[in-house]
Amino acid sequence: MATTAISAPAYGGEYSGEQSGLWSWLSTVDHKRIGILYLYTALFFFMFGGVEAVIIRAQLGAPNQHLVSAEFYNQLFTMHGTTMIFLAIMPLSSAFFNFLIPLQIGARDVAFPRLNAFSYWVYLFAGIFITIPIFFAVAPNGGWFGYAPLTTKPYSPGLNIDFWVIGLQILGVSSLAAAFNFLTTIINLRAPGMTLMRMPMFTWMAFIVQVLLVLAFPVITIALVFLLFDRSFGTNFYNTVSAGADPLLWQHLFWIFGHPEVYILVLPAFGLVSEVLPTYSKKPLFGYPVMVYSGILIAVLGFGVWAHHMFAVGMGPIADTFFGLTTMLIAIPTGVKIFNWIATMAQGAIRYTTAMLFGISLVALFTIGGISGIMHSSPPADLQQTDTYFIVAHFHYVLFGGSIMGIFAGIYHYFPKIMGRLMDEKLGKIHFWLTFIAMNLTFFPMHFSGMLGMPRRIYTYDAGQGWDLYNAMSTAGAMIFPIAMAIFLYNFFVSRKRGEIAGSNPWGAGTLEWTIPSPPPEYNFAKIPTVTSRYPIWEGKEVDHADARINAQEGKTPADLGIVMPYNTIKPLLVALGLVIMFCGLITTRALIGVGAALMIFSLYSWLLSPLEPEHH
Amino acid sequence: MSASVTHTSAPASHHYTTLGIDSRKIAIWAFIGSECMLFTSLISTYLIYKGRSVVGPFPHETWTDPTTGHVLKPILNIPVTSASTFVLLMSSLFMVLALAAVQNKEKPKRNRGERILGNSKLWLWMTAVAGTTFLGFQAFEFTSFVHEGLSIRTNLFGSSFFTLTGFHGAHVTAGVLWLVTLLAIDYRRGLGSRDSLLVDIAALYWHFVDVIWIVIFTLVYLIK
Amino acid sequence: MDNHASMTNLPDSAEAGAHAPHAEEEHAHPTWSTYWKVALILTLITVGEVWAYYIPSFVAGRGFIPTLLILSALKFTIVVMFYMHLKYDARIFRVLFTGPLLVAAITLIGLMFLFGHLYIKVM
Repeated sequence: MATTAISAPAYGGEYSGEQSGLWSWLSTVDHKRIGILYLYTALFFFMFGGVEAVIIRAQLGAPNQHLVSAEFYNQLFTMHGTTMIFLAIMPLSSAFFNFLIPLQIGARDVAFPRLNAFSYWVYLFAGIFITIPIFFAVAPNGGWFGYAPLTTKPYSPGLNIDFWVIGLQILGVSSLAAAFNFLTTIINLRAPGMTLMRMPMFTWMAFIVQVLLVLAFPVITIALVFLLFDRSFGTNFYNTVSAGADPLLWQHLFWIFGHPEVYILVLPAFGLVSEVLPTYSKKPLFGYPVMVYSGILIAVLGFGVWAHHMFAVGMGPIADTFFGLTTMLIAIPTGVKIFNWIATMAQGAIRYTTAMLFGISLVALFTIGGISGIMHSSPPADLQQTDTYFIVAHFHYVLFGGSIMGIFAGIYHYFPKIMGRLMDEKLGKIHFWLTFIAMNLTFFPMHFSGMLGMPRRIYTYDAGQGWDLYNAMSTAGAMIFPIAMAIFLYNFFVSRKRGEIAGSNPWGAGTLEWTIPSPPPEYNFAKIPTVTSRYPIWEGKEVDHADARINAQEGKTPADLGIVMPYNTIKPLLVALGLVIMFCGLITTRALIGVGAALMIFSLYSWLLSPLEPEHH
Repeated sequence: MSASVTHTSAPASHHYTTLGIDSRKIAIWAFIGSECMLFTSLISTYLIYKGRSVVGPFPHETWTDPTTGHVLKPILNIPVTSASTFVLLMSSLFMVLALAAVQNKEKPKRNRGERILGNSKLWLWMTAVAGTTFLGFQAFEFTSFVHEGLSIRTNLFGSSFFTLTGFHGAHVTAGVLWLVTLLAIDYRRGLGSRDSLLVDIAALYWHFVDVIWIVIFTLVYLIK
Repeated sequence: MDNHASMTNLPDSAEAGAHAPHAEEEHAHPTWSTYWKVALILTLITVGEVWAYYIPSFVAGRGFIPTLLILSALKFTIVVMFYMHLKYDARIFRVLFTGPLLVAAITLIGLMFLFGHLYIKVM
């Protein structure tokens, strides 16, 4: 266990050549910096989506309130969902993909560093594009899944849905580009000896997520193209009124994407927890191969369950039965993971750090979400549950109790590696308990209001239907979140500058990323390690320790070590900007399409024709 | 880390890779995988809406407009499209020859036949020209359809047909631009065996676009 | 200067030689003779398809659609195997292609069922 006492600085190291300043961030192609950019941006959008949620809960806190208009309420819940899914959770996962994957597989960066930067800038610009409208009360208002024909021009004549369609389309580009990048990285840049079955579980889950992205995003791309064409060019894909279009086309296409999407949202958190639990139990992950196979099975089966979101549309008994069956089946590999996590902790030497608390809470809370999920899997039962708050309870348990808790576990666990300092454990625990209480107080009552018939997406309700108490409880719970987040943010930003120095392996973890300094030098590994086991630090033989000693050395510049680093370049940002301007032109002045396209193509050629890094040998 | 893109492919050999393969080749196959799903969504929609248009023109049947009494013939032109399909198929042959020419650039050519086969510019031109010819056929088809009363807004068939074939045509167009870029590089500094990967990646994309057309031709044009 | 790390990513171990990427001559390349034969077969199949299209009795029969599907699947496979080199290349590419292809095919078939274009006789 290498916990060498080193003077690790706050991020922005002291050896010569370490970059600082705004330009260095705008032109970075370093996966660690890009990961940090994702982290900050995603945390911002997480809070923005949280504010939307707080307003929603304020409005629903008591019957017959009118804090916001019905129309604005539609924008709030649409943007809350869209923001949380596409601008918060997915990018938070990306932050970890970016920062961790190369470190966990023993690589110096991802396969395509400039494409990596491009993905981030597209996300940032698209996020701004889709968020600004709410300040002008023209935010998307068709629900986060934008069902057509409701979202076609006759029924949604304003610009709201156009922002949504275009925003999501652009975000898709970002996600797909990143998926190709990480897929290639994991396949092709693993250190010698790191077979697939020796990869850390986070990287495995990330691998599966990239495959899901590659397969699922093209489908929503086409669904959005159809909607865009209907709205802009008068095509008939969703024209049920006069052209005979099928009202279910959108739903099928959307959910063929949408169901894999929820696994995209949760698997990274599963991966993080699979790193956290073993570390603080001082035991390897229980049943590693089974964890891998169950992840793969979830991904495969995940493409066969989509119509369980459509049990109420009248698909007929054969379709209902088929999808009900597959949905029940998919509970098996998911449940297996829960058991493996519990077995990992059993008889371990547990340390209840903040990261561990969040990790354990995922196991518990996701299970609750899974139980309500299995209840939905029966079509007749779902006929009562669908479109009620019972569903809202389910997906918040799996998405907040699952994804968010897992991501917080990852943040507390990896903050020292990223920043070089430890977060305050006392504040962390307060943040955890406040969040845990807030989460359960907000979402558990929704099981009851849902069962009592409270529909989703209503902006107010009459008193005396049996919903009042539960809504009041949910609203009270929701008001605790801002306090918890404030404590977290304070802890985060103060610890960055004044936290206790971390060293390379403050937790005594076992995987490769903990063999190098915190924060890691630009080049990650002074010497690419040779891997002989799943936990190189815990189980590695002599050669691994030697690598760790070399890699733990401080103060070496790339030049010292003869390592060639890629050039910084602003071109990925410019291509991203051109792309977004081009899309903006679709709803503002058409001239912008030309301007954006020109910027994009010119910068793209410039990027492709310039070398990634200086010539060597 | 993968090497720079166009100056030389040689730097790939300086970077360690797990599989001993250039990362860009893995990436293009992953991209092709995503394109499978993209075109499947388009093709599925076309098939879903097959036979469900409320008004004509229809692909394979005659339609009499009830309001005007006009009789509209089946709008698809199989002979013409067969010709364009053949052209696109041949373009794949040319592409494969272009790649072979680049791979064998440094080998001595013993006779006229080998010299012709080894002329990378020739085969890149032929591919680009065949691709452009295909696009010309598409443009002709699109404009004549509009002339005959089928636009992208007319009915479900028009919307799904033009979107599907339009997306395909856009992919062909991007491919032609890619080929022209390769030609420009060939003229500027010459393409040699060290550029094999570059041309290979372009070729994979090109063949895939051809393969999609094989599917479209059968499902849209031949099957009624 | 530390020689071990002079080549950016190359590891120190003896496996370096085995893993060093080699140029694109993995296995036997198809020759010109293979290429034009493939082109010929593709042309013949296409001619066959179009010919079949003009035989009304065949078109009306139950064999028309399956025949056409099989023929186009054949062309698809030939182009992918030979022109796209999948037959000769590393196994990873076959995995990267057949996976999405399978998911795509199953999704398409599923949608055909769901929208009533394919029927299964149940009882």
